[in-house]
Amino acid sequence: MSIILPRRRFLSLAAAGAGSLLLGGCDELSQNDGVTAVLESAEELTMRAQRAILSDRSLAREFTEADLSPVFRSNGTSMPDGEAYAALLESKFKTWKLEIGGLVATPLSLSLADIKALPSRTQITRHDCVEGWSAIGKWTGVPLAVVLRKAGVAPNARYVVFNCADDLEQSLDGTGRYYESIDLVDAFHPQTLLAYQLNGTDLPVENGAPLRLRVERQLGYKQAKYIMGISLVDSFTALGSGKGGFWEDRGYEWYAGI
Amino acid sequence: MTSLAEIPDRAPSRTRRHLVYRHGVATRLTHWMNVLCLAVLLMSGLQIFNAHPELYWGQFGADSDHSVLAIHATENGDTLAGTTRIGPLVLPTTGVLGASKVDGDLVERAFPAWITLPGYQDLATGRRWHFFFAWLFVINGLAYLLYGIISGHFRRDLVPDRDQLAPRHVLQEIRDHARLRFPKGEEAKRYNTLQKVAYLGVIVVLLPLMVLTGLTMSPAMDSAFPWLLDVFGGRQSARTIHFITASLLVAFVIVHIAMVLLSGVWNNLRSMVTGRYAITPEGPAA
Repeated sequence: MSIILPRRRFLSLAAAGAGSLLLGGCDELSQNDGVTAVLESAEELTMRAQRAILSDRSLAREFTEADLSPVFRSNGTSMPDGEAYAALLESKFKTWKLEIGGLVATPLSLSLADIKALPSRTQITRHDCVEGWSAIGKWTGVPLAVVLRKAGVAPNARYVVFNCADDLEQSLDGTGRYYESIDLVDAFHPQTLLAYQLNGTDLPVENGAPLRLRVERQLGYKQAKYIMGISLVDSFTALGSGKGGFWEDRGYEWYAGI
Repeated sequence: MTSLAEIPDRAPSRTRRHLVYRHGVATRLTHWMNVLCLAVLLMSGLQIFNAHPELYWGQFGADSDHSVLAIHATENGDTLAGTTRIGPLVLPTTGVLGASKVDGDLVERAFPAWITLPGYQDLATGRRWHFFFAWLFVINGLAYLLYGIISGHFRRDLVPDRDQLAPRHVLQEIRDHARLRFPKGEEAKRYNTLQKVAYLGVIVVLLPLMVLTGLTMSPAMDSAFPWLLDVFGGRQSARTIHFITASLLVAFVIVHIAMVLLSGVWNNLRSMVTGRYAITPEGPAA
């Protein structure tokens, strides 16, 4: 057999080789910092494009009672570990206080009764998980804007950070603790709620009792559950691994509009 | 950009095999960019699908709701069995769908590692690939549409000519395709009717449908354009249509590659690289 391959046979072999190289190479590319940095640049483009077409007043669709999911799926943590949360649950959250601090004029400490006494909003909206499923639920809560105005947002504040009670990952250094952040555009959106009711009853534990976030124009992992404290910051790089949230620290987009 | 026009002086004879300039540079560049984008979008899309391998119809859909398609693994003794359920129909798909091998071991995953990007299970990275290439795909597609309209490429090369729409002509083409007899001579200088309809179907129907159903899965896009939900009947319907349309594109690509192979692979490849396509004269002597 000649070692000089006919041109066409050579080209076929080259094509087959390139194909298998491509398949094997994709996993290496996915772990290459330069490649992932380029891929991640699409997030900013997506956010700028979506923010350009969304007005501050564009509302997520609100459905009717007839559209409710028969079962609203619980995802992530369904029961936070630890004695602190167990004690809160035991007291039926009477000992729970929402601490609002950071870059605010007046730090607040609100009980569940205080929060329920504030103006409320009820909305039937669709919850979209990053995995692909959706569930429709009826949420009642106080618009985040009401609480933020009460506390007085400092001029240099840019993000609202939600500190949660649940550890979604076991860790010794606290990096497994759930947290989330949104910017002021979403924080002051009329459908952005601190919700304490789902489908007309107190928020069940598996859905984030006593209080969870609803930020309806983004995906499910932004809707922080088991909120213990809210902090206004000018940057979230010092928190967790610096990406602005539990899942963001694990590679997911901070802007989860798609 | 005179595609399908003859190159002067290089086709001296109608009786000899000669080259014509078939594909303009814009067509060729956008074609190959599209190949790259669709390959990455398909593979990363299957990675994303694997995160929740069920499809629903309507506004909502999660585990306890009725699904129209589900790809899962079930325990079968001390091994796994992969099943694919389409409506009421349950198919055993062990080895490919539901359960497939990773490093020699059968594991639960809807689509197998060799067709997802990345190969290992990683939704976050799959999404990064998907949205970066979705942007590239849209920009590339818009550039192609703009070129196609302005240059007259669509009107001249893709819209079927009047004579090509005669039922007799179409029937003859179907017979010729079935016998793998491809046009020669003058007739080979234009796309045949089936080709034009297939290309237009992809360009005008399937690819825009991919983009629109993709956007309908975005909660932000649904807030900006609530009509998307009415057009597709909900986010979960849009997700199902996205999957079906992707499957139709895969079917198109399979037929497309088969036709490229059957009707002269080197001639077709050269024409999509250099633009030049060889015309074989008609007649038994050729």
